Amino acid sequence: MAEDAKAARAAHWAKTRNLTYIILALWALFGIIIPWFAGSLNSMTFLGFPLGYYFCVQGSLIAFVALIWIQNWRQDSIDDEFGHEE
Amino acid sequence: MASDTTSGRRSRFIDNLGKVYLLYTLGFLAFFVLMAILETLGASAQLIGIGFLLFTIGIYAVIGWLSRTAEVDAYYVAGREVPALYNGMATAADWMSGASFVALAGGVYFGGYPYLGYIIGWTGGYVLVNSLMAPYLRKFGCYTVPDFIGTRYGGNAARLIAVVILVVASFTYVTAQINATGTIAAQTLGISFEVGVWLGLLGIFICSMLGGMRGVTWTQVAQYIVLIIAYLVPIIWMSNKQGFGIIPHFSYGEGVFRILELEAQYGLNPPAEPMAGLSVLTTPQTASGDAMSSWKMISLAICMMAGTASLPHILMRYFTTPSVRSARRSVGWSLVFIFLLYFSAPALATLTKLQLLDPNLATSIIGKPFAEVANLEWIKHWASVGMLAVADQNGDGILQLNEFFMRPDIVVLATPEIAGLPYVISGLVAAGGLAAAMSTADGLLLAIANALSHDLYYKIVDPSASTRRRLTVARILLVFIGAGGAAVAALKLTGILGAVAWAFDFACSGLFFPLVLGVWWKRANAAGAIAGMVGGFGAGSLYLYLVYSKTMTPWLGIDDIRFGIIGMAVSLVAMVVVSLATKEPSKEIQDMVDEVRVPSGKAILSAGH
Repeated sequence: MAEDAKAARAAHWAKTRNLTYIILALWALFGIIIPWFAGSLNSMTFLGFPLGYYFCVQGSLIAFVALIWIQNWRQDSIDDEFGHEE
Repeated sequence: MASDTTSGRRSRFIDNLGKVYLLYTLGFLAFFVLMAILETLGASAQLIGIGFLLFTIGIYAVIGWLSRTAEVDAYYVAGREVPALYNGMATAADWMSGASFVALAGGVYFGGYPYLGYIIGWTGGYVLVNSLMAPYLRKFGCYTVPDFIGTRYGGNAARLIAVVILVVASFTYVTAQINATGTIAAQTLGISFEVGVWLGLLGIFICSMLGGMRGVTWTQVAQYIVLIIAYLVPIIWMSNKQGFGIIPHFSYGEGVFRILELEAQYGLNPPAEPMAGLSVLTTPQTASGDAMSSWKMISLAICMMAGTASLPHILMRYFTTPSVRSARRSVGWSLVFIFLLYFSAPALATLTKLQLLDPNLATSIIGKPFAEVANLEWIKHWASVGMLAVADQNGDGILQLNEFFMRPDIVVLATPEIAGLPYVISGLVAAGGLAAAMSTADGLLLAIANALSHDLYYKIVDPSASTRRRLTVARILLVFIGAGGAAVAALKLTGILGAVAWAFDFACSGLFFPLVLGVWWKRANAAGAIAGMVGGFGAGSLYLYLVYSKTMTPWLGIDDIRFGIIGMAVSLVAMVVVSLATKEPSKEIQDMVDEVRVPSGKAILSAGH
């Protein structure tokens, strides 16, 4: 394989990896950290719900859907940048 | 020529998916209206129930028949031509089992905050599927999950162990689904549970035998439409009755606070005399803030999330899309469709709880005279089948909160009756529950049969087998595994949800790290993967045995539904240590990993491999 093709491949993977790390960090925030502290968050209210409860039944779920679509949107543009269109 | 006309018909079908399923949805709604009219004309409850089951199963059978195939690619991966949106719906049906449909809201009703770990886990897992697994496995071009393990790590040993873990995890899961199918069929058709189980199995075979993955895909889309309508209609109906607006999801916060008030008023006390198999509400609706309940919630969520990302019947759905990009997009759609049910379940649990507890509502029973409650139609109906009980244990003539016993599983099925909705809604809910259980059972049976036929029979036992022979073996295995599942289900070993959680724990103990590190860590080698699978699966199973048989007390609150925590920890350590202690994988394998990370270009494994 030519050297620049190899470098492009490495750059593509580096960007993909960094995006994945960011998504996983946000996943941990909504999937682990916030649900853990649901009890203390319940002293606040949001849309008429206790806040901690709200995250466990709705807020985190909305965040998960958003995370996947945002990741795919960013990943598509990384792939396009390196010529991996459909 | 014959194959030309078949492929012509097929591509016309793919182009017109939107129209086909729109017509189907309208047809189903028209059938619902027809049944509602029949009810007002005096049709019996049983007739309506039978109508719903026969109508929906009939449609699945037609789809299964039309999707029959003799091609390997169509049988194993639906010809890799399923558009992202429809694959999302099929995955959602594949995913949402009888347990999600029937038992989840009931679990939330009785289980309170720690139980919400299921809600977080079964949705958050898809972020892991999307970022760590689906696009890479699609690029790989495998037919089954063990196919990936076997090719990435090399050698039959790794492949074989992956097959064993897949079979254990999926089989645990499928018996629960066949059980749910049997329960619903038995209740609606008025037949015995054992007959219901075998009847349900017949329906499952019709969807999966002839068309393999292709048949299962198109019936699962149809099943998703039925199950989501059946789940949302009662919730919307109740919400309007109770004044929470057209949809309750964003406005039932007030109801949560009302329940907190009622909990304080009635007191959450254990019953004077517990009843086997039935529950009393003792867990508060929301989190209290102590570290142990937080840990219980999070440890459950972690097991369910990692399990989601390791369960083969889900991962293999992403092998059916045309490209890597569409695999990712279909994960996005999957979670959208799953989200619709999962953010509704807590709403349903809250509204049902209010129906029963709030003295301001006509349907409430707590605090009412005992004789009056015991005479209600729905109480008598469910008590007669042993799913519910009321007992005036303190003898004051009033039904207290801790004198009302119910099996958590029936909350969804009984809700239409509790809320006084017409019977046509109960028929709809039964059809939805059946669709959920059947679609998951299809996917699981196919995952097991495909792994055994492709990985064990074709790749290990007889690599020279012809296409015809391979597909015949796959179908015979399907029948045997299905029959085995039904035989075990007929023994009624566990409740619906217990077995489901175990499947996730088995899958994440044995497969999560070997799958993730196969893509994300080039240094991972065959010895490491084998150590990770055997170590994780072995440690997890042993821990399950010790805790379940009460030989040891659970360590740090890690009980039998959370044993994946132990399995995964052992799996990760074993895999990393053994990989580093042994030789790094060959240059070819490392190049293969590089190639998997590139989203375009040819798949690693060719079609028909």
